[in-house]
Amino acid sequence: MSSEVKSQDWSKPVAVAIPKGGYFPDKVEQGRYGPIFPKTPACYGFSIIAKIIPGREPAFYQYARDLEKAVADQPDVIAVLKLHYLRWNLFTIKGETYFQYMGIFDTDFDKYTEDAIAIFSASGISTVFENLEGFPEDWKTNAPAFIKFARDHQCPSFLEYGEYPYVSADEIKKALKLKAAFSNMLDQMQ
Amino acid sequence: MLEFDDIQHILLTRAPALTGRYEFLSFRDAAAGRAWVSAIKDKVHSVAAMRANVDGDKRWVTVAFTWNGLRALGLDEASLATFPEEFKQGMVARAEALGDTGANAPEHWVGGVASPDLHAIAMLFARDATEHARCVSEHEKLVAACPGVELLSVLDLAAVPPFDHAHDHFGYRDRLSQPVIEGSGEDPTPGSGAPLKAGEFILGYPDEYGVIAGPPLPDMLAHNGSYMAYRRLQEHVGEFRDFLRQHGDSPEEQELIAAKLMGRWRSGAPLALSPDKDDPALGADMQRNNDFNYKERDPHGYAVPLGAHVRRMNPRDTAANMNRRRMIRRGATYGPYLPDDAADDGAERGIAAFVICGSLIRQFEFAQNVWVNDRNFHELGNERDPIIGNQDGTLEFKIPKRPIRKKIVGLPAFTTVRGGAYFFLPGLRALSYLASLN
Repeated sequence: MSSEVKSQDWSKPVAVAIPKGGYFPDKVEQGRYGPIFPKTPACYGFSIIAKIIPGREPAFYQYARDLEKAVADQPDVIAVLKLHYLRWNLFTIKGETYFQYMGIFDTDFDKYTEDAIAIFSASGISTVFENLEGFPEDWKTNAPAFIKFARDHQCPSFLEYGEYPYVSADEIKKALKLKAAFSNMLDQMQ
Repeated sequence: MLEFDDIQHILLTRAPALTGRYEFLSFRDAAAGRAWVSAIKDKVHSVAAMRANVDGDKRWVTVAFTWNGLRALGLDEASLATFPEEFKQGMVARAEALGDTGANAPEHWVGGVASPDLHAIAMLFARDATEHARCVSEHEKLVAACPGVELLSVLDLAAVPPFDHAHDHFGYRDRLSQPVIEGSGEDPTPGSGAPLKAGEFILGYPDEYGVIAGPPLPDMLAHNGSYMAYRRLQEHVGEFRDFLRQHGDSPEEQELIAAKLMGRWRSGAPLALSPDKDDPALGADMQRNNDFNYKERDPHGYAVPLGAHVRRMNPRDTAANMNRRRMIRRGATYGPYLPDDAADDGAERGIAAFVICGSLIRQFEFAQNVWVNDRNFHELGNERDPIIGNQDGTLEFKIPKRPIRKKIVGLPAFTTVRGGAYFFLPGLRALSYLASLN
């Protein structure tokens, strides 16, 4: 179930310290695939860090171009994931290349992972995860294995901050639409 | 090609029954359990047998087992391990993800179904009361002949009058939207979507992705079975009627409130097609009563509120991946009919239903977790399904309306979960295999 929907004042920034392990022990919510990381002032999210298969760097840059095109061609292609922002990084530790994938979402990871897999399978976007060590080859048809990989490589936050805490992307878009509508109204009244 | 002679009838057909009974069983002794399976398996109709004589037969039996029940029959650990994790855990262990908390929590369930001792269910649907009584008596004799098989509880089913159409105790017409399985010989009604691959519902067949999802082993169990989620939902009819009176000044307004909660008029007519007034002819017309979508027709929920029951349980073109989320619903009402003008008598009445699917976690549990009980589904903020969601009096229900929406706060619980369990519904050859374990 969705954790309690916060009704905090969006105008008051909030920082939350998160215990080691990523959960607040007294209120760990159970999802279908296990415990759910809590909603914070920065909404839901994940940070997945994994080692890439040696020599696969070019695939990541190609993936970036593919996803850029897919979203340009169909702007709502990943709308179902209820995203705010995604960031992809590559970095090196002791000569080995690692991949980091950070996402800020309005829903917990548990709810729409199967839908994400379906989108990546069906749209030809595929997933850059295929270039990570240990990623299940049958990910398109084995949601539990995909989910296990993501959970195994998740690095939970120990601190999260929201300048406008707990606000969903839809609320932000509604506010901007309202602003645009008012601007238009004022133009009409000149 | 679907093996109609091996698939239990309930997966593909609906018995023309006005009465029935669920019997919940425990196997204290493996040999006795197998003796019971051995005796009852010949009473179970396959799809083929059902179709061959649907007008002549008077009773239809379905048999299914919990994971604990399969173990109690003597299925070995290697085979037990091949079942899906959520089935192994059982519905009780999944309570939080399902929203079965508070008044709906398993500790309040009745009939012993929350106990690990629940091993099997025998479902009887009978054409009439005479046949019902005869079958009950026959099964009583069978259980008595299998010492070590214990009856945990029973639930008698009864259709709610008037009997000319299926409906629940609240008066909502039922059985309007069912997925159709490719190769079943049925045609979907307009708006119900194209037939779905059998693997979405029946083990051993390719699913919508073209794969046969890891079935249980050995191979004898891997074909023509399915999984069933049992839900016993008490309907608080008095509370529901009080609520309608409280929020509607006239009978017409009360009907509109009832329709907004469901997304259909009680006649079955969809609000998406008839937003302002009821249309019983539309409600009864299977060629028209399911033929609608939301994305273009009603994106803001002015006809069908975004949180209405039918919009949650089948978001149609406003959800991704719908073909992987469909479910087959079977079941019936139980408890005495409460006439329209009668005060609530305190008797328990409701729906005792089964959700049948190929994957409990992907289909049934997703629906419970996201569609029914996610407070923020469709960005609603503080709502759950108004009919079957976990309501504790702190949530709301918003009815979009120009210029200003109507917001009902402190929505009461119209239903309470009184029981539930996960069952494996074996094919007929698998039933014989289970009966022959040693």
